Amino acid sequence: MEHLIELRDVYKIYPMGEETVRALDGVSLSIDSGEFVAIVGSSGSGKSTAMNIIGCLDVPTSGSYLLGGVDVSTMGDDQQAEIRNKMLGFIFQQYNLIPKLNVLENVELPLLYAGVPSEARRRRALDALERVGLAEKRRHLPSQLSGGQQQRVSIARALAGTPSVILADEPTGALDSRTGREVLSFLKKLNREGDTVVLITHDNSIAVKADRIIRLQDGKVVYDGDAHDPRAVVSPGEEEQEGQA
Amino acid sequence: MNFGQSFRLALKSLTASKMRSLLTMLGIIIGVAAVILILALGNGVQGMVNQQVDKLGINLVQTYVWGRGDGTTMNLEPQAMYDLVEEHPDVLSGVSPYVSLTATLRHGDDKYDKTKLYGVSQVFYNAARGTTLNMDTLAQGRFLSYLDVARRQNVCVIGAYLAQDAFGGDALGRQLSINGSSYTVIGVLAQNGENMEKGGANDQIYLPYENALELAGSRFVGVYLFTSTSGDTAAPAKEIIDGMLLDFYQDPDAFYTQTMAEQANLINAMMGAAMAVLVAIAAISLLVGGIGIMNIMLVSVTERTREIGIRKSLGAKRRDIRRQFVIEAGTTSAIGGLLGIGLGCLLASAVGSLIGASLSAQMGGASFSATPTLISVAISFGVSVGIGVLFGYLPANKAAKLNPIDALRYD
Ligand SMILES: Nc1ncnc2c1ncn2[C@@H]1O[C@H](COP(=O)(O)OP(=O)(O)OP(=O)(O)O)[C@@H](O)[C@H]1O
Ligand SMILES: [Mg+2]
Repeated sequence: MEHLIELRDVYKIYPMGEETVRALDGVSLSIDSGEFVAIVGSSGSGKSTAMNIIGCLDVPTSGSYLLGGVDVSTMGDDQQAEIRNKMLGFIFQQYNLIPKLNVLENVELPLLYAGVPSEARRRRALDALERVGLAEKRRHLPSQLSGGQQQRVSIARALAGTPSVILADEPTGALDSRTGREVLSFLKKLNREGDTVVLITHDNSIAVKADRIIRLQDGKVVYDGDAHDPRAVVSPGEEEQEGQA
Repeated sequence: MNFGQSFRLALKSLTASKMRSLLTMLGIIIGVAAVILILALGNGVQGMVNQQVDKLGINLVQTYVWGRGDGTTMNLEPQAMYDLVEEHPDVLSGVSPYVSLTATLRHGDDKYDKTKLYGVSQVFYNAARGTTLNMDTLAQGRFLSYLDVARRQNVCVIGAYLAQDAFGGDALGRQLSINGSSYTVIGVLAQNGENMEKGGANDQIYLPYENALELAGSRFVGVYLFTSTSGDTAAPAKEIIDGMLLDFYQDPDAFYTQTMAEQANLINAMMGAAMAVLVAIAAISLLVGGIGIMNIMLVSVTERTREIGIRKSLGAKRRDIRRQFVIEAGTTSAIGGLLGIGLGCLLASAVGSLIGASLSAQMGGASFSATPTLISVAISFGVSVGIGVLFGYLPANKAAKLNPIDALRYD
C-alpha cells in the first residue's frame, strides 16, 4: 500500500565552517493516512529539521521524500508552496499568527492563497473557528487573545485549508500544562475525525497520547513503533535527560 | 492573493505609523505638487496669451514696409495692397494701412500733445466682430467708413480719455483741431482698462490714413494690417504678401511680415519648452520620492520577514508575496500622489491669486486662472502610482525570494 508520507534515506547536512552538521543522518520512515504520530527526541536531535522537510518548507540534502506518492523533494519553490497550501496544515510553537490581521483574516489566509472566492473563504474560515470554539472572537487581533486562544486560532487556520496532514511542532511548548492538554486533546479529536497528525514534542507525557512514536537521536531514527511500548519513552543512554521530562 | 486585502493591509501599515509614512511620501508629495503647480501656472499664462491672441485675432497679419532705405524708392501705393486682397479672397479678407504719428491737438484752449494718432482705413474696424484690429470697441457713434477714407474726410474716432477730458463725455459731432485742421468726432471708443491718464491707453485718435499721411508730411505707408480669412490661412497670406512685395522691391530686406498665428505658436512653443524644463526638474523630486519608497519598502520587508515566512508556509507563492509588496508600494505612492495633487492645487490657487492680478494688468486685462488641468492631475496620479510600483518591485522581489524556513526562523 502506498504511504501518505514516505522519507527514504533522507540526509540534511549543514556546513558549519570546516565541519558539517548532520541534522538528519539517513532517516527513513513512513506515515499512513489517519495516523497520529509523535516525533520525539532530545534537543538538537533533528525533530524540527524532519518536520520542515515533511512540511515542504525545506528540501533534503539527499534522499527522497514522497508525499501522497509524489516526489516533492526536488520541487521548486512555488510548487512546494502549492503542496503546503493544499495538503499541509502547520501548527507552530509560537502560533505564528500575523499580528496586523484579525482572527478571521488569519484563518482565511490559506484559503486566500488557494484562490477560494471571498464568500466561501469567509464561511469556511468561520467553520474552522467554530470547531476550535473561537468564532465569536473573529474580529479580535491576535494580541487581544490568550496564548491558548492564539494556538487554537492557529489550529483553525491549519484546518481551514482541509489539509491531508497536520504538522504540529511543539504546539504546547509555550502553553501552561492545562492549556497544553486542551490543545492536545483537540488534536486527538481531529485525528479521531480522520485527520493525519504529526506531532513534535520533547515531552514524553505528551508523546504517549499519540498512537505511534518515532524517536530521533543525532539525526537517526532510534525507535519507531507503538507509543505504549516502554522502549518508546526511554531509550538506552537517554535515561538521564528524558527521565526528568 | 487578493488585491483588496493587500490594499487594506497597505492602508493599515500606512496609518499605523503616520510620521514614517509622511516622510516616505514626502518626495512624491513635493514632486507631484511641483508638477501640478508648474503646469497650472503655465496653463494660466498660456490661457492669457491665447486670450490676447484671440482679442487681436489669430488671423491678424502685420506687414512692415520700409523700402530700400535709399530715399529713391518708388512708393508702394496702398491700392496695391487692396488689389492683393481682392485677388486672393480665399486667404485675405481685408487690409488697412496703419500710420502712426504725433501731431498737435487742440480743443479750444486745451492742448493735447501726448495723444497717439493712427491713420487707418475702414477695414481697421471689423463690424461683424464689433472691434477694431486693436480690439477696441465703440462706445458711441460709428467708425470710419469707406467714403470717409476715400474722400479724405476730416473725421475722427477718439478714445475715451479725450471724450471725457475735452468734451465732458459729449463728443459726437464736436470739433477738434489737428495741426490746425478741424476734424469732426464721429465715434468714441469704449474705455479700455483703468488708465485714463494723458497719453495713456485711452488717449488715442483714429483718422483716415491719407489724412494722417498728409499730417505726417509723408506719402508712404509703413505698416499694413491684413486679416487672413482664418488662423489657418495666415501662413499662405504671409507668403502672398511677401511674394508681391519681393516682386515690387526685389529686395527681401525692404519689408517684413509677421502673423499673429506664428507669434502665438512661437510663444506657445517657448512656454512649452520652459514648462518641460521645469517639469523635468520637478520630476527629479519624484525620482527621489521613488527611492524613498524603495528604501522604506526594503526596511518593511526586513521587518516583516517572519510574516513573509508565515504566508509562505500557508501556501503563498512568490508572485503572491511580490504582489502584496508592490501593491503596498503603489498605495503609498498613490496616497502621496493624492496629497501632492491637493497641495499642488492649493499652491496653484494661492500663487494664482497672488500674481494673477499683476499679470492680468500687464497683459491688458486678460484674465489669469491657474487651474490645474484634469489631464495633468490624472497624469501626475498615474506617474506617482507608477513610481511606487517601479521602485517597490525590487524590495517586493526580495521578499518573494525569501526561503520560507529562513523567514520563519527570523526574529
Ligand atoms: N540552518 C541551520 N544551520 C546549521 N545547523 C542547523 C540549522 N538548522 C538546524 N541545525 C542543526 O541541526 C540539528 C538539528 O536541529 P533541529 O532544529 O532539527 O533540532 P530539534 O530536534 O528540533 O531540537 P529542539 O528540540 O531544540 O527544537 C542541530 O544540531 C542544529 O544545530
Ligand atoms: Mg525544534
